[in-house]
Amino acid sequence: MEPKTIIDKIWERHVVHREPGKPDLLYIDLHLVHEVTSPQAFEGLRLSGRRVRRPDLTYATVDHNVPTRNRHVIHDEIAKKQMLTLAENCREYGIPLADIHHPDQGIVHVIGPELGLTQPGKTIVCGDSHTSTHGAFGALAFGIGTSEVEHVLATQTLWQSKPKTMQVKINGRIRPGVSAKDIILAFIARFGVKTGTGFIFEYTGEAIRNLSMEERMTVCNMSIEAGARAGMISPDQKTIEYLEGKKYVPKGETFSRAAEAWLKLKTDDGAVYDRTIEMDASTIEPQVTWGTNPSMCVPISGRVPSPDDFAKPSERKAAEKALEYMGLKPGTPIEEIAIDHVFIGSCTNSRLSDLRIAAEIVKGRKVHEKVKAIVVPGSHSVKKAAEREGLDRIFKEAGFEWREPGCSMCLAMNDDVLQPGERAASTSNRNFEGRQGAGSRTHLVSPAMAAAAAIAGHFIPVHRLNQEETITIS
Amino acid sequence: MEPIRVHEGKVCPLNRANVDTDQIVPKQFLKRIERQGFGQFLFYHWRYDHKGNERSDFVLNNPIYKGASILVSGDNFGCGSSREHAPWALLDFGFKVIIAPSFADIFYNNCLQNGILPIVLSEEETAFLMEKAEVGSLKVRVDLPEQTVHCEAFHFTARFDIDPYRKQCLLNGWDEIALTLQLEDKIRAFEEKWKEEGENMGIA
Ligand code: SF4
Repeated sequence: MEPKTIIDKIWERHVVHREPGKPDLLYIDLHLVHEVTSPQAFEGLRLSGRRVRRPDLTYATVDHNVPTRNRHVIHDEIAKKQMLTLAENCREYGIPLADIHHPDQGIVHVIGPELGLTQPGKTIVCGDSHTSTHGAFGALAFGIGTSEVEHVLATQTLWQSKPKTMQVKINGRIRPGVSAKDIILAFIARFGVKTGTGFIFEYTGEAIRNLSMEERMTVCNMSIEAGARAGMISPDQKTIEYLEGKKYVPKGETFSRAAEAWLKLKTDDGAVYDRTIEMDASTIEPQVTWGTNPSMCVPISGRVPSPDDFAKPSERKAAEKALEYMGLKPGTPIEEIAIDHVFIGSCTNSRLSDLRIAAEIVKGRKVHEKVKAIVVPGSHSVKKAAEREGLDRIFKEAGFEWREPGCSMCLAMNDDVLQPGERAASTSNRNFEGRQGAGSRTHLVSPAMAAAAAIAGHFIPVHRLNQEETITIS
Repeated sequence: MEPIRVHEGKVCPLNRANVDTDQIVPKQFLKRIERQGFGQFLFYHWRYDHKGNERSDFVLNNPIYKGASILVSGDNFGCGSSREHAPWALLDFGFKVIIAPSFADIFYNNCLQNGILPIVLSEEETAFLMEKAEVGSLKVRVDLPEQTVHCEAFHFTARFDIDPYRKQCLLNGWDEIALTLQLEDKIRAFEEKWKEEGENMGIA
């Protein structure tokens, strides 16, 4: 048989209907729903008297709007209404919901894998562009708009033209102190924010194989920041080990059979992609963004670039605008950029392993006096696990705030908002203008870099934190 | 969805690349549960300063472009968040056609779902329209059946590609869900087959 990519295998298996001149009608195995992109879809169903075809393949939670300080006080009446609307819709249509007080609640892309809803070979959609996260398990997962949410609710299918396939091969090994976040930021910095437009990525190569499942999620999460429809990684033993025992994963004999099938899903040797791009992991340094899209990014040892460094006039202009917005001067060493805020959280970096890394760095140290720092775990279960290990105490003793799970300052729809001109080191995925509040300035970094910046008050390579302390003391 | 066939209108030039959906509709306006009324929030932070006053240097506030229904912009328009509030806001504000050298995938789909025609033209063609629109009022005629963008004043005609199925949907203003529900038998057969194969379906 002709060798196939995992992308082709999953796609072909899900075609319900195919006819010339039309996209394929794909069956959707799992539809994740949250409060912001669903109300108009449910309203559409109601107006046309349609039902939800498969409430049993649909799962909802609240994450974008939820307060992270006090769960019982929601000041924003409109936000409250949006959450209540989701609860009413779920009740009316029989959809399982992890509401704000539910032990399974969390950021939709954190809880999907954690509950074992995300499984290899599934087609997964959600009205949210970071649905690509679930691709880490060898699922075909992509974000959709609200009209498509309505379409999936009503039919459990979606019309899709097949994107092209791209192999993103990350060769070699990363150096100590370099994280999955640095890999994906360096990749976007090198290839740009529209490399992936019209493509589905499959990440391969030694550096990807060596990543844990949580790190793989970080990489797949930001596929959309490179413009890709989805990003995925073929399942392996790590995938199976992660899934075993998860709440919604089959048990016993059924699990063994499923595991066998999942491992077979991987891309066959010799399969052909429409395009392959490669990068060497061994040269990647910890990254910091300086601009207003994720490709405007340099290593920690670098400097803020000058618009003159860019060849294309459009890029020059974009850099000029970005520098002005960010309040940065060309040539400034990244290490000299002082920050006001640190946000550790979001569907990119709010899992237990992220919090462990950050906690290890802040342990026994104090957050810089000029910095306000918060940790927002990705889910209740992450929060509880972290508390069992005492991470909350480490953070609090260092001067971090320890919050309830949600999207929080990743998009600042709740009360966690930066003021105009405030500068944040953030472990999230978007540094767009105003993303963390009107006029806010965001630098995307890894959890380790965010933790180090919280202590130093500016960006600094983690291994230099000690030296800096010695200098200050003497 | 309103059908669209031939559309003639004034062009508004938004000369930026990578315009993301966070800019098109900032997040603080995503809490509404209706589809209507998002036009007032379009490009909110570019249109208004922190005090809520109009910024005179933003193109949408320039009286020359009042009533424009065709937006021309840079590469990778609509990148970022999947929020359909972005096309809702554009449509509600009065834009029926968006022209750019490239679009982000989700945004492109979202436009088609709402009767907005996203048109990909080459860098040169887009730059030409941008330049002409920046110096003064420019009228353009978009013909979906012919797949052309035409500008009488400059003898400019450009052809564009569009998926034939999506084109039909736009021309007829079809309700896609109703079309899919006609395939109900096929969907059911697909589900039955998987059940027989012992496929694990269902969450619980
Ligand atoms: S954490 Fe941020 S990127 Fe992730 S789903 Fe929430 S808002 Fe979107």
